[in-house]
This record gives sequence, C-alpha cells and structure tokens, in this order.
Amino acid sequence: MSGVNALWQAILVLVGGGAVGFLYKGLDRKLAARLQGRIGPPLRQPVLDVVKLLSKENIVPGTAVPWLFRAAPFLALVAATTALLYLPVGSLRPVLSGYGDLVLLLYLLAVPALAMALGGFASGSPYAVVGAQREIVMMMSYEFPLAIAAVGIAWRLATLGLSPAFSLATIAANPLWGLVGPLGWIGLLFLFVALLAVTPAELSKIPFDIPEAETEIAGGLLVEYSGANLALFYLADVIKTVVIAALVVALFIPYGIAAPLGVDGVGGQVLDLAFFLVKLFGVIFVAVTVVRVAFARLKVDQVARFYLLPTTLLALAGLFLLVLDKVVMGA
Amino acid sequence: MKRTELLERLKLSGLKRALWVYHLNTGGCNGCDIEILAALTPRYDVERFGIKLVGSPRHADVLLVTGTVTRPMYERVKRIYAQTPDPKVVIAIGGCASTSGVFYESYNVLGPVDNVIPVDVYVPGCPPRPEAIIDGVVKAVAKLERLMEGKEG
Repeated sequence: MSGVNALWQAILVLVGGGAVGFLYKGLDRKLAARLQGRIGPPLRQPVLDVVKLLSKENIVPGTAVPWLFRAAPFLALVAATTALLYLPVGSLRPVLSGYGDLVLLLYLLAVPALAMALGGFASGSPYAVVGAQREIVMMMSYEFPLAIAAVGIAWRLATLGLSPAFSLATIAANPLWGLVGPLGWIGLLFLFVALLAVTPAELSKIPFDIPEAETEIAGGLLVEYSGANLALFYLADVIKTVVIAALVVALFIPYGIAAPLGVDGVGGQVLDLAFFLVKLFGVIFVAVTVVRVAFARLKVDQVARFYLLPTTLLALAGLFLLVLDKVVMGA
Repeated sequence: MKRTELLERLKLSGLKRALWVYHLNTGGCNGCDIEILAALTPRYDVERFGIKLVGSPRHADVLLVTGTVTRPMYERVKRIYAQTPDPKVVIAIGGCASTSGVFYESYNVLGPVDNVIPVDVYVPGCPPRPEAIIDGVVKAVAKLERLMEGKEG
C-alpha cells in the first residue's frame, strides 16, 4: 500500500517539479529582461522552446559516437528528476527519504554535468570537446566548497546528537541556525554564501557559463545537439534549477510559516508548500537571475581561481567556525 | 485525424513563438551584422517574440545570411545549411545577400546567397534597419506556417 502511495507522491512531485521549473525559468527570463530595461519573453516561453525543439529534426552527426550521444541527454534528465525525489518539499518529507541521503544527492547533482560532458566528448566536434573539458575543470573547482557546506551542516547536526545526520529529512526538520552559538551562526553564514556562490556554476549560468559560451565556442557541450536531444538537456536544466534551489532551501532556510502562524493539518501543509515555493523563487532570483544580469562571463582560469581560492577558503572558514562552536558550546 | 491536427497546431505554435536564429556572414562588410546586433539590443528586444540568437546552426530555425557569397565561403555556406535541422528558413539580409549589390559580377564572388542555398525571405537595404530585419523574421514565420500546412514543398 505504501509502495503505491509513494508512487503517487513521486508522480506528483515530478510533474509539480517540472511545472515549477518551467514557471521559474520563465520568471527568470522575464525578470532578467526587466532588469535590463527590456520587455522580455512571455512566461510560457520555456514551454514553447521545448515544444519547438521536440518538433525539430533530431540530427546525430556522422563523427559522433551514436549510442553515447543519444544516451547522454537521457542520463542528464533522469539524474535531475531522481534528485527531485530526495528533496523535502515544504513540510513534507522527501518521497524517497530512507533510501538515500545528502551524499547521494550530491552525486546525483554531479551526474547531469557529467552526462553533458560525456555527450560533448561523444559529439566528435572540437567545440564540444573544449566545452566538455571546461565543464570538468569547473566541476573540479566547485565540488569542494559544495561538499564542505553539506558536510559541515551534517557534522554539526551529528555532534548535537541528531541522527541520521546526513538524511535531508533530519536536516530540514532541525534548522541549525537556532541550535548553534554565535560562532556557529557566523560559520553557517559563511557556508550559506559559499553555497549560493556555487549555485550558478552548478547550473552553468553567466558568469560561470564557460562550458556553453555561445560567443566563443558556439554553444560548447551542446554544439552538435538538436531537436529532441537538445530538448531533453533543456528539461534537465529546468529541473536541476529547482533541485539546486531546493537543496539550498533544505540546508539553510528550511523554516515553515504554518507552525508560527498556528495553522495545522492540510491547510498548514498547503501554506508551507506555498512558502517553500516563495523561498525557491528567492534563491533562484538572488543566486541566478541577478547574478547573470550583473556580471559578464569570466575566463576559465578566473572561474577555477574563484572557486578554488575565495569560495573554498570561505567554506573552510565556515567549517572551522562550526568546529570552534562545538568546542565552545561543548555539545 | 483530429489528434494529428492538434499536434500540428501545437508544433506550429512552438515554431511561431520560439524562433532561434543563427547569424551567418558569407563575406559581407559587417554593416548588416551590426544592424542584426542592433535588433538584438534592449531597444528592439526581439526576445519578447521568443527570437533568440544561438551559437550553433544545429540549434537554429532561421539562418540570417549577410553578404554576398565569396569563393572561400561557398563550401561553408552549403555545409551550414545542411547542418541546420528541418524545418528551417533562410533569410538574406541586405542588398549583397539578396542581389550581390555593389559586388555584382565581381571576379571573387559567386553571386547572391540564392545561387548557393534556397532563400525564403529577402530583406533589402544597405544595411536594412533593425525594424526591417524583424519584419523579415516575421515573414519567415508566415512562410514556415505555409510550409507546415503543406501548401508549399
């Protein structure tokens, strides 16, 4: 019975996640246009883009490795949608909680990027190979601060005696901000900023869109993709935006408004869900939309240096402060 | 019958409102290219119609071709046309791309773009204004519509 229940929940989360992803992609483009003093495309533009791509011819270039070239978009989409099932939605527990935790989620987040790199290498185009190499360089730079932020939180929860500390349900149910002392609070703030800095790179958005970079390597990883395959990558990007924003929300701002307002039952859950969507939007607006309008694309070495030096140091400082906090607080 | 009709309508709505253009210079003087860039600026903001500049012909629905075709570009123009997935539309931007312009019967050019690949819409001018380029893209949408309805081969 619970299996059937979980299946229904999974379908609901996947369809809802996709719809929210399209809505936020549309909002992102509209707001970016408004920030640039333009009118911008209609909100349904991402849907129209995907519909159009699905109706186009799907070309597999002669120089490509056909099976890998075709498999990569599916791999990216499947990994992104699976990650959606491990995230707490509002006050609801993750659909697959108990079958995987934060560590698995971090790996799932890396898979779409790896799939894109694989697809790029399989395209047989020099532009795509350059893009794939850049993607790998960027991943190696940002994965370390990302891992520090995740592990720092889970470790502090474990020292407070909450287990399983790596489970996202535990993390979302126990906001750390209220559980640590002032030192830990500053440390958490550092980790939060580091994670927000990693967000645009996870999504390959300006200023960290070096793997795609239309103006220098003609679309990079995606240069040979067309039609349905490109639509699948587009979908994977749309869903990954929701996933990474939901991860930031679950790790750092897992608060609900139903409990403080004194609403419980179904009404409370709906209220929490609505507040969760607002938080998602806030994260996407601050970490993706504003950043991509405000900055121009960085060079490859600048991206690597940005993540390997300031961001990693910031994350390490945050972790160090959390450790100090544990020593001072003694719990 | 009804279902396929609905599907066609859906496809068409996508194509009409989400044209991605690829910009191809076949040997022009950059005048038309600057005007295309002007059409992409916030002042004209073609993104509100879903028109987006893409970096690869594989992603494109529309080829914006500027300049008369020079000998070295001949093979490349043909290859880029072949690389663009169907359904596609070619727009010749400017006098050179439409008629060879001042390079008419010059020794080092192979004539206007329609000597090499089929052209659907001509936008004359030296260079055409951004409004004319946007108008050309809108005419291309009408052409695509007819193509999808099967009235033209």
